Amino acid sequence: MSIRGKAFIAGIYEHPLREIPDRSVSQIHAEVAAGALADAGLSFSDVDAYFCDGSAGFGPLSNADYMGLRLKHVDSTETGGSSYVVHVGHAAEAIAAGKCHVALVTLAGRPRTAAMGGGGRGFGTPTPDATFEGLWGMSGAVTGYALAATRHMHEFGTTSEQLAEVKVAASLHAQHNPNAFLREPMTVEEVLDSPMICSPLHRGDCCVVTDGGGAVVVVSPEVARDLNRTSAKVLGHGEAIKHADNGRLDLTYTGAVVSGPIAFEEAGVSHADIDYVSIYDSFTITVIETLEDLGFCEKGKGGQFVLGGTLVAPDGRLPFNTDGGGLCNNHPANRGGMTKVIEAVRQLRGEAHPAVQVPNCTIALAHGTGGSIGSRMGSSTLILGTEDA
Amino acid sequence: MSSTLPTPAPAISPETEEFWAATARGKLLLRRCDDCQTIIWYPRPFCPACGSLKTSWTEASGRGSVYTFTVVHRSGIPGYRDALPYVVAYVELAEGPRVLTNIVDCEPDQVRVGMPVRVVFHDTGEGNALFRFRPDEDA
Repeated sequence: MSIRGKAFIAGIYEHPLREIPDRSVSQIHAEVAAGALADAGLSFSDVDAYFCDGSAGFGPLSNADYMGLRLKHVDSTETGGSSYVVHVGHAAEAIAAGKCHVALVTLAGRPRTAAMGGGGRGFGTPTPDATFEGLWGMSGAVTGYALAATRHMHEFGTTSEQLAEVKVAASLHAQHNPNAFLREPMTVEEVLDSPMICSPLHRGDCCVVTDGGGAVVVVSPEVARDLNRTSAKVLGHGEAIKHADNGRLDLTYTGAVVSGPIAFEEAGVSHADIDYVSIYDSFTITVIETLEDLGFCEKGKGGQFVLGGTLVAPDGRLPFNTDGGGLCNNHPANRGGMTKVIEAVRQLRGEAHPAVQVPNCTIALAHGTGGSIGSRMGSSTLILGTEDA
Repeated sequence: MSSTLPTPAPAISPETEEFWAATARGKLLLRRCDDCQTIIWYPRPFCPACGSLKTSWTEASGRGSVYTFTVVHRSGIPGYRDALPYVVAYVELAEGPRVLTNIVDCEPDQVRVGMPVRVVFHDTGEGNALFRFRPDEDA
């Protein structure tokens, strides 16, 4: 069974704030849920399925209780920052199978103003992988991505200047987003001059740390038809876990090598059909490896591919992350998958900022990466189209 | 540098008790599958290559090379934040697995991918030691 054309994203909402010191995470879940439902023209009483990660209290139990949801279907697949891309795929599957009609997906968190896991793991966790990886001073998520970047540079000659091009493109987009955490355009030199965090990654290679969240509403074709709002059609979805492979890990590629082809095949589209991409950008190296793994360029050529404004909207060959991405706009709860889906829907609706709206955007791809490309990760690829795509 | 890196004690499970006990004697153990002979990492009494539950310990040579590394310049981790900059690396053991570790006894800017290294042990004071790696001049 394919999900192609059997579900639509009818509502989206990105929390406008980046620092939220005075609200609970549950409250932020409720706010983004209300926002996405209002965007779709639906209400909480229409929701019959709910999706969230495992990070909020008792996951879906706590959130369904808080919001008073009456549910027939629930899924709290936890694959880190890629979870919400997975959730859209799973929601489409559940809708296609007749299990539900209105699926709500939410994300919320406060890593900026409240203590929570920032990607690093403390000592003493009893799971074996944590013990064998937690003793050596891994300083949050950036260390693992730096290990991948060093190896990518060694094998393929990728340079810090090429990595910086990714940040530059994101910053050029973020200047148009009034809610973006970082709004100043950056140059390659400014990225290279920013403090080294874990070589070869500078501060400019890293995403922002922000409070906030987002939500999407996935609905059946029948529900979408009756709404006044323009929806995005779900065309295809793929997911994968790439793990440490019994210690034979290869840090030069991501799980996108598996999730990408599955999504392209289901959607029945080719790379030339893709007008816009949301690429998970926890770090600049994440983007380089993912573009290669999704097949937008040869393995190892990602650094060369992004040169010359390839990723810059609206005129680049492959406009990406037009909201400013996780690198500049928002990386709520240290998890960027939700905002990847949201900006892809904005592009397909023609509602991105006019300065970065891709003309005649018909097919968009949103890709999420969770966990760490330095050890084990979740990867998920979603291909969306306009209502008539 | 190595003298200043902290030596946090590992969390020990029944499956890794013997591994960590051996580190106190300067030995790096690897789990090996009795059925398909695959070397297993991280250590577990299960073979992820063939699904066998029959595994046993074997001693590693302690030699390997740097698969990749990063020089950490910012860290909030107690102990490590006082030892900046330091090197986190994956070392590819001669037996195959790539293990997370630190490179010590070497200026951070001298570390290279492919550099031969050998294991050293840093006492945690709790009956075991952390395995780290230093440049191998004999290789």
